[in-house]
Amino acid sequence: MSIRQSFLAILDQGPCYGYQLRSEFERRTGSTWPLNIGQIYSTLDRLERDGLITRDDSGDSEHIYYAITTSGRAEVGAWLTSPVARPTAAARDELAMKLAIAVTLPGVDIVRMIQTQRSATLRTLQELTRTKRAGGEAASAEDLAWQLVADSMIFQAEAEIRWLDHSETRLVEAVASGVAVPVPIDDTPVRRGRPARVATEAGE
Amino acid sequence: MGDELLRLDGVSVQYGHGETSVTALTGVDLTVSRGELVAVMGASGSGKSTLLTVAGGLRTPTSGEVVVEGHYLSQLSARQIATLRRRSLGFVFQDFNLIPSLTALENVSLPLELDGLPLRRAKRPALDALAVVGLADRADRYPSDLSGGQQQRIAIARAVVGGRSLVLADEPTGALDSTTGEAVLRMLRSRVDAGAGGILVTHDARHAAWADRIVFLRDGRIVDDAQPTPITALLDGVGR
Repeated sequence: MSIRQSFLAILDQGPCYGYQLRSEFERRTGSTWPLNIGQIYSTLDRLERDGLITRDDSGDSEHIYYAITTSGRAEVGAWLTSPVARPTAAARDELAMKLAIAVTLPGVDIVRMIQTQRSATLRTLQELTRTKRAGGEAASAEDLAWQLVADSMIFQAEAEIRWLDHSETRLVEAVASGVAVPVPIDDTPVRRGRPARVATEAGE
Repeated sequence: MGDELLRLDGVSVQYGHGETSVTALTGVDLTVSRGELVAVMGASGSGKSTLLTVAGGLRTPTSGEVVVEGHYLSQLSARQIATLRRRSLGFVFQDFNLIPSLTALENVSLPLELDGLPLRRAKRPALDALAVVGLADRADRYPSDLSGGQQQRIAIARAVVGGRSLVLADEPTGALDSTTGEAVLRMLRSRVDAGAGGILVTHDARHAAWADRIVFLRDGRIVDDAQPTPITALLDGVGR
């Protein structure tokens, strides 16, 4: 998560102390990703070490204030103007992995697995929608910020459901046409070294 | 039956006879209560639209009972069903189905006029219904002067005008962009929260999530994802 860049973007608006930064972060993100204070100070330590923020003496003496540096500002600018790198095919998706393995095993009712998953995801989608609905129309920038986060989760849940629908249809067709049969263990000797891999966008 | 607005009891619908007959619905049980929105999901051809036409008294089931506000449709004449439909039910369609030569107000008044109310007396409840969907100031506009979202809100006003309490919506957001569609769902939801009941037919999980309950139709039967269907039952549907 881009906590580091989020902190820098907030500090770009003015110096803050640790707890204040947490409160600013949470009110701007609908408290969707709660932070513990340890996480906050370790992030601030790293930002300070990297020269992106510096301690600031201009505030009251009770707190340690942090202010952004010129290179910190440059990093905020770069963050806001560049796309977020999404996981590529190489990143692990637990559900896709589970389905891929299950389709090769004997005696697993994958359609049932898909339906159970869809039922759970649909419940999540209903809960998210109910929470968003309870918020009513956005009346402030904070409301709007939080609703955009909720929308993001809603659309992700919807995408997962559509993928599950699609998988279910494909699977039923594949079983009917005899393609979906269990894959037995292959006893031919395996050559040492890394197996040839499917090309992915970013090699790891 | 207290808060029950609609009940389908073992409803089956068959089109045609003999070898060429097609079963659209099989033994469907469904209840909608006041304050409840029920989403019906399913693939094309799963029987969603047939379910809505049966619930709305537009089609008589081959077997089973449809009960609207305590009235068994099987015991009513066609004329009585038409009256019940005008007084108790409202339809919302994907393509709005407003009459282009009538103003927003006249479109919303229409069900009341069809029910025998003179226009001067239908105007007040129609204006109230337009106010509820936030369009009282567009009462004199024609559908062509209004955006898709506004037209659908007028269709919702028409569906609930005069205290009609059961809204049957068939893909009401299908022709709208996602934010406008959401505003329409919010409107439908608020009508239900105010005491109406509704069925929302949709193939979109994001829209179905606005409902209190979601049921799935598969090949004309209601299936429960919490009790998954074994694959052997699904294989019948792929023409082996």
